[in-house]
Amino acid sequence: MSESLKLFLEQFPDTQVFEKNPRRLYLTIPREKLTAAAKFLHQERGMRLSIATGIDTRHGFEVLYHFSEDTTGIIYTVKVFAPKDDPRIEAQGSWFPAAQWIEREMHELLGIDFVGHPNLVPLLTSDTDWEQGRYPLRRDYERRNEAHER
Amino acid sequence: MSGEEKKRRIVPIGPYHPLQEEPEFFKLIVEGETVVDLEIHIGYNHRGHEFISPELTYEQVPFLVERICGICSNSHPLAAVLAIEDCAGIKPPPRANYIRSIIHELERIHSHLLWVGLAGHFIGYNTVWMWAWRYREHILEVFEMITGNRNHYGANKPGGVRWDIKPEQIPQIEAVLNVVEKKTMMLTKAVLDDPVIRARLEGVGILTREQALQWSVVGPTARASGVDIDVRRDDPHAAYDQVPWNVIVLPEGDVFAKAKVRLLEIFESVRIIRGCLQNLPEGPIDTRIDEVPPGEGIGRTEAPRGEVFHYIRSDGSNRPLRHKIRAPSYMNIASNVVAVRGGSIADAALTLAAVDPCYCCTERMAAFEDGKMKFTGNELLRLSWEKTEKIRERFQ
Repeated sequence: MSESLKLFLEQFPDTQVFEKNPRRLYLTIPREKLTAAAKFLHQERGMRLSIATGIDTRHGFEVLYHFSEDTTGIIYTVKVFAPKDDPRIEAQGSWFPAAQWIEREMHELLGIDFVGHPNLVPLLTSDTDWEQGRYPLRRDYERRNEAHER
Repeated sequence: MSGEEKKRRIVPIGPYHPLQEEPEFFKLIVEGETVVDLEIHIGYNHRGHEFISPELTYEQVPFLVERICGICSNSHPLAAVLAIEDCAGIKPPPRANYIRSIIHELERIHSHLLWVGLAGHFIGYNTVWMWAWRYREHILEVFEMITGNRNHYGANKPGGVRWDIKPEQIPQIEAVLNVVEKKTMMLTKAVLDDPVIRARLEGVGILTREQALQWSVVGPTARASGVDIDVRRDDPHAAYDQVPWNVIVLPEGDVFAKAKVRLLEIFESVRIIRGCLQNLPEGPIDTRIDEVPPGEGIGRTEAPRGEVFHYIRSDGSNRPLRHKIRAPSYMNIASNVVAVRGGSIADAALTLAAVDPCYCCTERMAAFEDGKMKFTGNELLRLSWEKTEKIRERFQ
């Protein structure tokens, strides 16, 4: 077991660990612990935020923060869940500039609310006539023939 | 300086940026000549790849993501197929790994030469531009020989590569490498020894190591700020752990360091390609993937601009359920907010371009809206050239 994972499990004992292979670790934690976990990985273990992925599943939203430990080549993916009727997650962009853009993007494309984000305005569609509040990466997104409508 | 001039003004660069292929909108907030803040607006080129990808089969996905970027058109397919292979738990045959590394490094050479050329043009050194692009041409010819295309090589597929390197092609590739290495050495010496270029680029647009870590920047942008990362070494894939090469890291963090990192990386790429060609193993170039089981996979590789990151979620069908794509510029452009602060307008566009965010439409940008001053793309170029000229006079 890698050094960082061992220390992580000491700090967050209720983590569910899935080891896809030795360099791809998936750590599922309760969403209340996300900020503490991200701060631990970035500030204490010196990891870099590669990116975050938001996924709309049947059971709610999954948000995956992929942290890269460049000394070992391991990607620690921290996975949190948010239910459909309460899609709120603590914003990491409030203390970690690298997370600001991707949280804005997940907010506009999936409708996840990042609580405490300093600037949660749309990243990709702010200067377009895109109708805000339509979330194209959601499962129930209805494809419309935009050209036909005009 | 009078109070009038100290007022803050906004200089818009873009959405058609003088140096960049993709439309991006930078709002420079200036006091006199000094940039005090920057706002970045993107999304003018959003094409919804993450939305389209789940509608395609795993065989088709590399062709889609290849179209994300025209310059590093091998990086995205390579990262995507690595993610698919990670999800399916299969390894490509050794020969495929070597060919992947060769194509990927050839791409790095042509991309870095392209950047050096444009950077030269931008500070008024058009000779550097002509030289760099002339020798880049040889690399494109090698691509045409191996894959049939100068760009969009279609080289990667899940489980291997599409194009083999024939034995009779190896001496031709080596001959081109010799020419490119010799000429790039000449170019590198000329650029690094030039006192005017040094004076023009040193200390401009500094991104400190702390800032680089905070913004999680990647690639040459990070390595020029003293952050020792390179996915090719840290998370070995393809044949990068089979051949000897070095990671170039410089501590300064300015535009000169970024240029130097890229120039020196060209020689490491040449070393990797030579090593791969000499040890090219025999055997098949692909394996069959029967199914991609439900699960998830992450693939990443070092594009010329930094780490490309692909995440794939599979539900067991022949299409991905979710495909997350992160290009290196996504992290690097955001860090411009700190890199341009405190610099002058003449340096701003150079600093914005120093992270190499893919550019080609060189002379288009919006005009200044204040009513008094008006900068077009050409005028920004002129400002930059004038500054170089002033430095040059000082040296004479």
